[in-house]
Amino acid sequence: MWKSAEKILAAAVLAGALAATGIAVADPQPAAKAAATKGEKDKARQAVNVLTPAGASAPAGKTPIALGRPALPEEIAAWNIDVRADGEGLPPGKGSVKEGEELFLQNCATCHGEFGEGAGRWPVLAGGRGTLKSERPEKTIGSFWPYASTVYDYVHRAMPFGSNMTLSADQTYAIVAYLLNLNDLVPENYVLSKENFSKVDLPNEANFFDDDRETSEKAFWKTNPCMKECSGEVHVTARAQILNVTPDGDPPKGDLE
Amino acid sequence: MSDTSLPPVERAPGAKPSLSKPSLSRRRFLNLAGVGAGAAVAVGGRSALAAPAAGAPDPNIVPVPDWTRTLGAPVNENPYGKPSVFEKDVVRREVTWLTASSQSSVSFTPLYALDSVITPNGLCFVRHHGGQAEIEPDKYRLMIHGMVDKPLVFTLEDIKRMPGRVNRAYFLECAANSGMEWRGAQLNGCQFTHGMIHNLFYTGVPLKTLLDMAGVNPKGKWVLAEGADAAVMTRSIPLEKAMKDCLVAFAMNGEALRPEQGYPVRLVVPGWEGNMWVKWLRRLKVGDQPWQQREETSKYTDLLADGRSRRFTFVMDAKSVVTSPSPQAPLKQKGPNVLSGIAWSGRGTITRVDMSLDGGRNWTTARLDGPAMPMSMTRFYLDFDWAGQELMVQSRAMDDTGYVQPTKQELRAVRGTNSIYHNNGIQTWLVRANGETENVEVG
Repeated sequence: MWKSAEKILAAAVLAGALAATGIAVADPQPAAKAAATKGEKDKARQAVNVLTPAGASAPAGKTPIALGRPALPEEIAAWNIDVRADGEGLPPGKGSVKEGEELFLQNCATCHGEFGEGAGRWPVLAGGRGTLKSERPEKTIGSFWPYASTVYDYVHRAMPFGSNMTLSADQTYAIVAYLLNLNDLVPENYVLSKENFSKVDLPNEANFFDDDRETSEKAFWKTNPCMKECSGEVHVTARAQILNVTPDGDPPKGDLE
Repeated sequence: MSDTSLPPVERAPGAKPSLSKPSLSRRRFLNLAGVGAGAAVAVGGRSALAAPAAGAPDPNIVPVPDWTRTLGAPVNENPYGKPSVFEKDVVRREVTWLTASSQSSVSFTPLYALDSVITPNGLCFVRHHGGQAEIEPDKYRLMIHGMVDKPLVFTLEDIKRMPGRVNRAYFLECAANSGMEWRGAQLNGCQFTHGMIHNLFYTGVPLKTLLDMAGVNPKGKWVLAEGADAAVMTRSIPLEKAMKDCLVAFAMNGEALRPEQGYPVRLVVPGWEGNMWVKWLRRLKVGDQPWQQREETSKYTDLLADGRSRRFTFVMDAKSVVTSPSPQAPLKQKGPNVLSGIAWSGRGTITRVDMSLDGGRNWTTARLDGPAMPMSMTRFYLDFDWAGQELMVQSRAMDDTGYVQPTKQELRAVRGTNSIYHNNGIQTWLVRANGETENVEVG
């Protein structure tokens, strides 16, 4: 009881303080009304039907959550666009290298170049075989990507940049066929389809392995790192200012919020 | 398609890069550093900004300043509120040459100007792959399907009515943070070298709650998270992680998510690379294997020196950076200075941060202040009396798994320089006798 009395008092003090500054304050009565006996509080608690997250062991008297509604098959079909490495998710359809070349020139070449060589800083899509160990690796579909399914999925999902999800299934198969041909992975007369998709393996697939840092970099877990005289004389070996590629100090123009 | 890998530019020691860039003049350096054109970095004496003539009263005290003698702006001058006009340079910044398009690019957190551990909402770095989606909250839908008993659709209101709402502070770091520094010191400012990180309090519902409602098939092992933006961003997340601590979040630091952070709903994947924290979350699909999406094969895989590539390197290793001094926040005066920085680990809680002022030869344990929570940013300080000598400032974070942040040399020895992602090596700032500070490498 005394806690509630304290609350009322605090509310009254606050009201007085604000009133002194000319601010109108709502009736502090809710705090008074909250001052119920322990018995009344227990009764009120019993009346509240406590919800439990589904799957959690619901104690007797509690209700599982009834939120959301069933997803309709046509709704799932509209959004279910992902294609997996095993081909799951590929829609029916087909497209030839020749058709793909035409589509690529119309929709993709501005950024990626006519032969997937890339323009400016836009990604290079073809070539680069044998460069992964070099100082300047060129990570293309043919040299780096592990799965052809990713090309289909991504071209359909996110390309062409700025008008994504406008390509039909046949058009997407055709563009993927052209990209595979640019990377010397299928012949010029190839027709790519849902049926033969799984026959296309990308050459770099075997060179990917799962995160192993906890074993391969075990040396980074050390209990007592060196604190004193940890090295000989230290010298500056490289400087950022020489490169001179940092944006200058003018803040961006325009309305930031 | 834009290159999202943020690769380093061609770099030959001592040579200018082939890309033509506006010159970072000394005047611009001073502007960037917030010192102001014409004002020298005041070292070795009193600050020129407020120094009264010897013996004369300070003009900021006598006479009484205008702001004390006249009424100020009314309470609702800015109904939302804005930073002080004197802080107008504390903004996110882009490095325009880094990416082909500013819709698929990044704008960096101004870490050099921030303190404590929570990033202000308007300064959180932004990374889009297809521009910022604008979604009306009434039209927002989240679908769960795949290997579940009951495919479900939720509205935003449904998510906000779910029991078990939580508040959690987590850092979000882009896997490519510091990615431009693999081959050597490149960008001159912690905003650019380390600014693809923010740390926020999220409000949301455990992802487990939603998955349990749909009923995950026992054969389900992975969850595909998909965004509603024009990149239709996707990542495969192990079910174990999804059920452990991921959140479906609708608020950041107490207010609705900013549009650039995924309004109205984003995924929170604590401790793991930022790309997995799908913004504008529209779909969760349960399956028995990863989907091998573009962002987990072509990108966000770590190419090693031997030509092989590590994939599913989700966890962000322990890392730290000194934010003051740093190139944009040089030392301005001799004598007492507060050196400060941030540390974080995706594997757990930061337990200790050491600082070196001589390029890593000798170390002193810094003071941690503020909350040190798991997978959340931790602030460290070193109260330091500067005699004006040249400094090579470093910080070294340690977490409760015993992981010690490696040097850049140690990291390159095991990973090479083509990794792009997960560069958590120790940063060095060279502080010159005039206080000017530069991003350097030491050896």
